[in-house]
Amino acid sequence: MKMVVIAGTPGSGKTSVMMHTVKNLQELGISPAVVKIDCLWTEDDVRIGRLGVPVRVGLARDMCPDHYSIYNTEEMISWASSQGADVLLNETAGLCLRCAPYPDRSLAVCVIDVTSGPNTPLKIGPLLTTADVVVATKGDLVSQAEREVFRERVVEVNPKCRIVEANGLTGKGSIELADLIKDSSDIDGEMLLRHNPPLAVCTLCTGELRVSKKHHRGVLRHLDGFTEYVGE
Amino acid sequence: MIITIKGGLDKDGVPECVRSIDISSGEVIGIVGPTGSGKSSLISDLEQFAQGDTPSRRYVLIDGSPPETGMRHDPRRKPVAQLSQNMHFLADMSVSDFIHMHARSRGRDPRLLSKVLEITNTLTGEPVHGDDNLTELSGGQSRALMVADIAVISDSPIVLIDEIENAGIKKKEALRLLSGEGKIVLVVTHDPLLALMTERRIVMRNGGMVKVIKTTDEERRFCDSLFRVDTWLLSLRESIRRGEVLSATEAVI
Repeated sequence: MKMVVIAGTPGSGKTSVMMHTVKNLQELGISPAVVKIDCLWTEDDVRIGRLGVPVRVGLARDMCPDHYSIYNTEEMISWASSQGADVLLNETAGLCLRCAPYPDRSLAVCVIDVTSGPNTPLKIGPLLTTADVVVATKGDLVSQAEREVFRERVVEVNPKCRIVEANGLTGKGSIELADLIKDSSDIDGEMLLRHNPPLAVCTLCTGELRVSKKHHRGVLRHLDGFTEYVGE
Repeated sequence: MIITIKGGLDKDGVPECVRSIDISSGEVIGIVGPTGSGKSSLISDLEQFAQGDTPSRRYVLIDGSPPETGMRHDPRRKPVAQLSQNMHFLADMSVSDFIHMHARSRGRDPRLLSKVLEITNTLTGEPVHGDDNLTELSGGQSRALMVADIAVISDSPIVLIDEIENAGIKKKEALRLLSGEGKIVLVVTHDPLLALMTERRIVMRNGGMVKVIKTTDEERRFCDSLFRVDTWLLSLRESIRRGEVLSATEAVI
């Protein structure tokens, strides 16, 4: 079994690109199963289900969606395996840029929207820098020069990645992505994350609503960058 | 250099009528057809040297062979420059920073900026400066900068142009700048003058290439008078723009 983690900024076209790729995988004789992680609500399972592949939705609700996705990885794999799938496609919610929910043996795909501007690749962090494949979408909305400048910026922060120019509307790039998935290695044994999740748990993570600084405990970082442990 | 387009499938999955077309250095080819007929997709296939891996399933070959992988993806080695339909830049940065960065991505000398600006300002009436922000440029200024950037920074043996008319710049001058000497040029157009300036034109319908028309001698002769009509129309447009009242009594056909 292969595992593909599809992460990326909201609205970058993760679902559309994945749906085209699902069709191309089927043409290659590969059976995918899809797990879509979202925060509060999604109807993507209906959309994806029309392609005739097994789909499951996970709503993270109060938990950080990327932590939720990582925590449930084993469950997703055994579900996909019970569906007779050759490859598990895990689409993440794509909200916070601090976590990179990529296990080391999965194929890590970061979908990023070219219209977000050439400084975006510098802002995204581990989600982009630890990806194997960077899918650049909406390139048809900008000039070739802007696509090339964007590409240069992606290569600056992730020199080893493979960049796929894709279009969620026309399906451009999805055959290339399906081929990369076909050639990716199988997952087995203990998996490690490629990048550590945020420093530690603070009181805000556990539900503190009061804003004032005096109510917060944990490893906390000040506006000036000073990081300290507050608590007993 | 010869590029070959091997026909793929139209929107209904039916094989295209044109199975293969060779285009040699120095040729200017038109791409014509109604909206949604697949003109931009054909340009996109050429830009990425499709290898049966785009929705059209076409193959694009250079001198009879598929290009190396690096040639398809690395802008430093990509032999293609493309002017798309976009009228505006979305990158929030200054003109000079952007041109410097584009020069770097193409492995060019960043000092070419002054040449880019010089050419830009021959194409547009409103001057563009290095410290202007890209997003503040007008449609005409943006198009002029895109054309100059392609002529200087992306200077490549294959040039793809997705509509140059309606851009608020001098279209014939821009086409001359982009074509250069001995380049392969493909231009998507609805403009009769530009279409007749090409040697052949590919006709698109429903996502597929349906036929290739060679520009006839009659069309070529007609092209000269068409140019005079076009120049006249252009001068009328400039008068309207300047807020003048037109004094012509009859359109000359």
